[in-house]
Amino acid sequence: MHELSIAESVVRVASRQADGRKVTKVQMRVGYLRQVVPSSLAFGFGLLAEGTPVEGAELEIEQIPAEGRCRVCGVESCLGSFPLQCQACGGLDLEILKGEELMVDSLELEEA
Amino acid sequence: MHRTAVKKVVRENVLDANDTLARANRDLFDQAGTYTINMMSSPGAGKTALLERTLERLHGKLRVGVLEGDVQTTLDADRLARFHVPLVQVNTDPGFGGECHLDANMVRSGLRELPLDAIDILIIENVGNLVCPAEFRVGEDTRVMVYSVTEGEEKPLKYPLMFRSADLVLVNKMDLLEHLDFDLQQFLGNLDAVNPGVRTILTSARTGQGVEEWCGWLEQCLQKM
Repeated sequence: MHELSIAESVVRVASRQADGRKVTKVQMRVGYLRQVVPSSLAFGFGLLAEGTPVEGAELEIEQIPAEGRCRVCGVESCLGSFPLQCQACGGLDLEILKGEELMVDSLELEEA
Repeated sequence: MHRTAVKKVVRENVLDANDTLARANRDLFDQAGTYTINMMSSPGAGKTALLERTLERLHGKLRVGVLEGDVQTTLDADRLARFHVPLVQVNTDPGFGGECHLDANMVRSGLRELPLDAIDILIIENVGNLVCPAEFRVGEDTRVMVYSVTEGEEKPLKYPLMFRSADLVLVNKMDLLEHLDFDLQQFLGNLDAVNPGVRTILTSARTGQGVEEWCGWLEQCLQKM
């Protein structure tokens, strides 16, 4: 249910960045490790956008797979599921490179 | 009328506002010399019961303060009132539909009621929930998770967001272990898979098992400040 709070923040960010114009699309990047359910986020977004410049806007979510660099062998690999481990040596000590994103990437605004 | 869309690049982290407030909270804690714990668990894992044991044991040794987060009621705060420690209850009910977690702003609203200068360790008891609290920093120094053996072995794999973010896991209700099919080694293996090397302490708020070790851990945290 953290999707609702996240949706609230997304609407707030988009409304502030809209420069008084109507927002037609919000593009987000959401990392795998954030455990966000896209359909729940979209549902909350639609609900909370009502009465704001974001009302009716499409929410486009780009999901970012997790990637990490192994601190043992140095190899970078895609981290598919838990346990997160290096695909080369199986090491568990990883520096997370991608997968923790939770970002409003861009907006599409109606021309003034 | 013809309208065309223009694209505006934003690149703004959704939780920036919360993280900024969390840093401001952290500054307050640092200025006061208060070490702050964000205590998280699912509902009913025994956070409040463990806090009762903790306050008993640390009485006269360390000055502990408590910030209680709940969607509604002051039941937890009422239970702790008899210890006469600085205590504030934050209800998340006024938030959107009763927030399922504390965020930095809610904690900030509670801090006004707490004499931080007179608190060595502030324990923030978060709303019982295995997902949402993990996402919102509140300015804490460290994160402690309470997990009870009645919750099953597989939860670290299902809720890695929170288990990954914990610095210490208190495995609680150990007194019930003999009545359950809970496989402790399997649980610890699952925990280690999502959070390699994380420290664990086996506890029972009922029998007092592990409470001394946990309080020792708290005292060490303060010495390291």
